[in-house]
Amino acid sequence: MSAVVATGLGKRYGRVWALRDCSLEIPEGRVAALVGPNGAGKTTLLHLATGLLEPSAGSISVLGRRPDRDPSVLPLIGFMAQEVPLYRTFTAGDMLEFGRRMNPRWDEGFARKRLERVGIRPNDRVGHLSGGQRSQVALTLALAKRPSVLLLDEPLASLDPLARREFLKALMEGVAEDGATVVLSSHLISDLERVCDYLILLSASRTQVAGEVEQLLETHRVISGPRKDGAVPAGVAAVIEQSSSERQTTMLVRTEGPILDPAWSVQKVGLEELVLGYLGQPNATALPGPRLAPIRMEVS
Amino acid sequence: MEEEARVIQFRLDPRSGVSTYLQLVHQVRNALRLGMLRPGDQLPTVKEVVGSLAINPNTVLKAYRELEHEGLVEGRPGMGTFVLRTLKGPSPDKHAALKRSLDRWLQSAFEAGFDVEAVVALFETTLRAVREEGVA
Repeated sequence: MSAVVATGLGKRYGRVWALRDCSLEIPEGRVAALVGPNGAGKTTLLHLATGLLEPSAGSISVLGRRPDRDPSVLPLIGFMAQEVPLYRTFTAGDMLEFGRRMNPRWDEGFARKRLERVGIRPNDRVGHLSGGQRSQVALTLALAKRPSVLLLDEPLASLDPLARREFLKALMEGVAEDGATVVLSSHLISDLERVCDYLILLSASRTQVAGEVEQLLETHRVISGPRKDGAVPAGVAAVIEQSSSERQTTMLVRTEGPILDPAWSVQKVGLEELVLGYLGQPNATALPGPRLAPIRMEVS
Repeated sequence: MEEEARVIQFRLDPRSGVSTYLQLVHQVRNALRLGMLRPGDQLPTVKEVVGSLAINPNTVLKAYRELEHEGLVEGRPGMGTFVLRTLKGPSPDKHAALKRSLDRWLQSAFEAGFDVEAVVALFETTLRAVREEGVA
């Protein structure tokens, strides 16, 4: 079963579509990165997945059930909103009490142990905690619900590098324990490279790239070589992006085999480079075909 | 928390260009070769590794599966992953002989006007080609 499936999904506010005709699928058990430019509809998509919003068109299902119609799926969904909305006058202990009362699957022992491990005392006031600590409280609340699907909207945006790392460690420990599917939206792509094993690139509501991170990295290379218009070395399946000087061409390519031509230098790409390459070429896509089939690629 | 002295601690080189799971595999193999890991030793649990490196648990599982596949370690359900056998490194004689021939090769490359970058580029291209052909 897929953790999240959207089909022709849209959300309209008055005349403005925040998300339109979005289709995607996130397999279960993955830690999926949801990336894309501002305004692509990431937050709207996550709010639709939590049942906080109702679709204006199409549908979204989580674990095979529609959160807007079937509230029985809601206890299985954990959500951490972008602004980390905690009650600032509450203590950390009050927040746990709040979580306990709101969630039937609440795991109090887990929540207390987690807070203790990250050095937060139950009588610490939320308003006095650092941004990093507040995000740890919010993550504890989301994890103690023991969700099957955990949705995180820009959880790293307001954190300094150390707090980001601590947050990701805690998140990965939670995943190691529970095996929950995670969908994490973020702009900080380089932070996600080791954490996420699935990537969805959403641009203007459209799924531009979807697939396993490892496979995407393995099938993309940056190559540079002599400029011969239109010529690419054997092994290249598609050119995503290219720039040329008078004599030299550099390209981000998807490969279908090894590039051995000694005239070309071949370099691996990082996730950030890959994402930026596609973002710069909105017509290029890399989408999974039918299940288990190799990645299909269209470049226009 | 119980104090347990882990025999091995993983670290990652973000600039190595080697995938994370392979870095873990290489570090275990290396520790086996150097005798830092011995049969019966327990590898860190998946949770311990992800908690210290902030990486995806599936990456650790994949590395451990690969080591298991090579017969170097064994996963015992509910207990952890344990070392089964050690690894022998290449013999010191072989090492010295290869170093000598590499020295000679480098000398002739420099005499032919190659600089360090050209040598590295040639080495990498050749290594890639040889590996793709399945020779190495």
